[in-house]
Amino acid sequence: MSAQIPEVRSTDELREKWMKPEVITGSEILLRSLLLEGVDCVFGYPGGAVLYIYDAMYGFEDFKHVLTRHEQGAIHAADGYARASGKVGVCIATSGPGATNLVTGIATAFMDSVPLVVITGNVISSLIGTDAFQEADITGITMPITKHSYLVRDVEDLPRIIHEAFHIANTGRKGPVLIDIPKDISAAQTLFVPQMGPVTMRGYNPKVLPNKIQLDKLTQAIAEAKRPFILAGGGVVYSGGHEALYEFVRKTEIPITTTLLGLGGFPSGHELWTGMPGMHGTYTSNQAIQQSDLLICIGARFDDRVTGKLDGFAPHAKIVHIDIDPAEIGKNVPTDIPIVGDVKAVLELLNQDVKRANQADAWRAQIQQWKNEKPYSYKDSDTVLKPQWVVELLDETTKGGAIVTTDVGQHQMWAAQYYKFNQPRSWVTSGGLGTMGFGFPSAIGAQMANPDRLVISINGDGGMQMCSQELAICAINNIPVKIVIINNQVLGMVRQWQELIYDNRYSHIDLAGSPDFVKLAEAYGVKGLRATNKEEARRAWQEALDTPGPVVVEFVVSKEENVYPMVTQGSTIDQMLMGDE
Amino acid sequence: MTIKNTIAVLVNDHPGVLQRVSGLFGRRGFNIESITVGQSEEVGLSRMVIVTIGDENNLEQIEKQLYKLVDVIKVIDLSSKPMVSRELAMIKVKAEPPQRPEIMGVVETFRAAVVDVGTTSLIVQVIGDTEKIDAMIELLKPYGIRELTRTGVTAMIRGNA
Ligand SMILES: Cc1ncc(C[n+]2csc(CCOP(=O)(O)OP(=O)(O)O)c2C)c(N)n1
Repeated sequence: MSAQIPEVRSTDELREKWMKPEVITGSEILLRSLLLEGVDCVFGYPGGAVLYIYDAMYGFEDFKHVLTRHEQGAIHAADGYARASGKVGVCIATSGPGATNLVTGIATAFMDSVPLVVITGNVISSLIGTDAFQEADITGITMPITKHSYLVRDVEDLPRIIHEAFHIANTGRKGPVLIDIPKDISAAQTLFVPQMGPVTMRGYNPKVLPNKIQLDKLTQAIAEAKRPFILAGGGVVYSGGHEALYEFVRKTEIPITTTLLGLGGFPSGHELWTGMPGMHGTYTSNQAIQQSDLLICIGARFDDRVTGKLDGFAPHAKIVHIDIDPAEIGKNVPTDIPIVGDVKAVLELLNQDVKRANQADAWRAQIQQWKNEKPYSYKDSDTVLKPQWVVELLDETTKGGAIVTTDVGQHQMWAAQYYKFNQPRSWVTSGGLGTMGFGFPSAIGAQMANPDRLVISINGDGGMQMCSQELAICAINNIPVKIVIINNQVLGMVRQWQELIYDNRYSHIDLAGSPDFVKLAEAYGVKGLRATNKEEARRAWQEALDTPGPVVVEFVVSKEENVYPMVTQGSTIDQMLMGDE
Repeated sequence: MTIKNTIAVLVNDHPGVLQRVSGLFGRRGFNIESITVGQSEEVGLSRMVIVTIGDENNLEQIEKQLYKLVDVIKVIDLSSKPMVSRELAMIKVKAEPPQRPEIMGVVETFRAAVVDVGTTSLIVQVIGDTEKIDAMIELLKPYGIRELTRTGVTAMIRGNA
């Protein structure tokens, strides 16, 4: 079931070969530098401004280049690759329209702190600023959505810039870095001197180790707390801090919720885990936040989808915020104990002194009671497929062991609610930007990073149509992603809001005219299956699992289903619509 | 409570830095009242002085967000310390010969200077803190201001700090 990823040749040998200083072109410098940074796979799309780069890639096999069918596919794939592997995702596009097609993907990665190095071509230096053919000021356009960016003006700067870009992308609060390379720079020659050592940049020194005094305050606060609660986010996964978090919970026995991006950062089967918080979170998590007297936020940023109405959020709690990005502390919620540092480093230090929260026994019992009384629930049916049931089927048959990517909408929330994640980097979803079109291409990237794991991409019938062209690259590269479409024939999440908030005024949500997804898959040479009831669903899904290559499985589900619980905008998170169960 | 804050930002003088900094203010909804940029004491670094209006929380966020920019090396909140702040204005004021002595009187009291004389106008140059310049403009208004340009504030902490 492995995707066809070439073995990266012996790294030492390669290094030796590439480390030799030599006079070469900017394009060759780029390729060598990528190899030296450990890149084994890039996603891209050629065009005039990057032709020298693509020419240098002719016959080049030291890393794999995946030709997507749209630049949006390329950047989401690079993003999925990064999220599922912890390595930097790399994407290449040409100037002008190629570059602007990346914008949504760059913003997606920026909002979720995903490390990417995005390489764009630009028109030749002397034409910059003249509205030349296919010119766009991509560094200007993307400034608010990149962690940093470079417009290369001299080929001699290229090795340093690439080395810095990887460093910036994957340290501190991670994020996308753009390198814009004018065409003449990719053609120009210079003596290449490889850059491998540590990077020193005067304005960039992320703080890794926390302040000891603050840690002691937290240890003290835990000892005193009667109702402590942990809110853990994506930072746990990104820092590789999941084991330290597990240890922290084991020692303190403090109940814990993980945000949408934190799913998998803590095992969902653990008795102290309370499910996801926020707009579609569990009753238990939201009650626990509201009633806690000590809220320990770890690598999460108090997103409004988590907090609901800020005024009235966690009203009784002393707030502790652990984050690598100092600007997050106090941004949305006033903080009593701020701790700036790498989540993993902070937790490891804390674990040396921290003790069981001894005053919280009644609280633990209360949390267990909520968990038992108010789990996620839905009304199942034997006549029509329920989307929640479909996710449960995927979970049971894969024992929670797959990498799951999703698109955006109701199916995303059901996947988050009903698939049980037990490992970090097995959940890939667009949280901050909520980007439709992300789900399927990100799965391609996740599979490229993990050739031997099962990758399932869960999509709505709406979002699937935003990047379905990438079926071609699954077929041609035999990328064995299992592409699930939860087809409710509408823009489901929008339908839900129109039902609950706009008085059943269903404005422009009908997806009539969608393709026959089975035929669509077949048109690309991908196996397509459809299920409309439980029996077909079980059979089709098993067939998909048994098929070595990519498969599209369409589950035709009930149109009216809503995601519950739900906190509507303007409410505090304990004011939840529970649905009819 | 909203107050005026003056901050100095030491940055790499790379292309696009001004855009990054001003873009950050725009995107995050921070107010820029004035912004000045120029060389600093060190080759390769520029110093920006930015006057903003906001509350204390705002100011803290501005500082933290600025530090996230890779090209920002140091941010100093000048208004929390005793500082010297100056701006320069040039005012082209309508001045027929009979009004000139009166205008010259204003110029002298403010220790400003006349830097150009036209047949029916004068250009007055004034340097000082914002209040002084506001006051000067008020006094010249009755004569008719044809054109006005101000540099925005630049500032430093007093003493050896
Ligand atoms: C690019 C983009 N456009 C619009 C939206 C707004 N939006 C959020 S969910 C949603 C409906 C998604 O419908 P579908 O893909 O069918 O998934 P479902 O909600 O039915 O599971 C829409 C339109 C978005 N998130 N992203």
